[in-house]
Amino acid sequence: MTEYVIRFLVGGAAVSAFAMLGDLLRPKSFAGLSGAAPSVALATLGIAVYQHGADYAALQTQAMIVGAIALAVYSVVVCHLLVRAKLRAVRATLLSMVVWLIVAFGLLIFAGGQT
Amino acid sequence: MTPIRFSSSSLREGRWYEYLIRFALGGAATVFTGLVSSRYGAFIGGLFLALPAIFCATATLIEKHEIRRKREAGLAGERRGQMAAAVDSAGAALGAIGMLAFAIVFSLTAEISIAAAFTGASFAWLVISMAAWYVRRKARSVRRVRTEQEGSGSSIRRSR
Repeated sequence: MTEYVIRFLVGGAAVSAFAMLGDLLRPKSFAGLSGAAPSVALATLGIAVYQHGADYAALQTQAMIVGAIALAVYSVVVCHLLVRAKLRAVRATLLSMVVWLIVAFGLLIFAGGQT
Repeated sequence: MTPIRFSSSSLREGRWYEYLIRFALGGAATVFTGLVSSRYGAFIGGLFLALPAIFCATATLIEKHEIRRKREAGLAGERRGQMAAAVDSAGAALGAIGMLAFAIVFSLTAEISIAAAFTGASFAWLVISMAAWYVRRKARSVRRVRTEQEGSGSSIRRSR
């Protein structure tokens, strides 16, 4: 239980710090970089190294490569839904989560099939 | 080209509960990643290190702030809000390239030195994200100049 409380606090603090940095930066397209900051990754990897060691964290970042590609696709889809389909931000971001899941797990299955 | 700068106006516009929501979502995403890792293993858990968990909250807040700003000026602002959120998501797409660099550098260096892995991966994220943003900005401004030149060239030809 304590582990998850620590995870919550560390993750919340890391995400908030990058989000506030994004609020401070201009122009907005540059501030958007912080939207894909590895805040959850820094918090999680720190705890993973402490609990399980470097090998475990390295394995997690191998899968993160696939997740990052899916994040790039997700961000482009959100952008197009907002500009072309004129959806509101909440709807565009939530609908695009399906795209993230499909791309992430699709690539993971494809990569698994190659090895 | 617009220079990179700091502006505290968004911080002044923010409400306390908006920061609380982002803190809670960030914390929840980290807990969720931990739960997935312990249930399905490190590899599947690692996938969720790049989950756009707080992107929904961030984009919604950007849209809301823009709409509020326009309403105060007596305008509708919905479209402007969507466009502001779209610009932010375009930036996030470039940041994702940086995140990819972060993951690659960390996975390659973690077994050599953990300190070097964290420092190198964070540095890679910063450098690659900024480089991607700069290249996109430069490409857009070159394209804009070329379009303007083509436009003025055709109008000169027409006037002859």
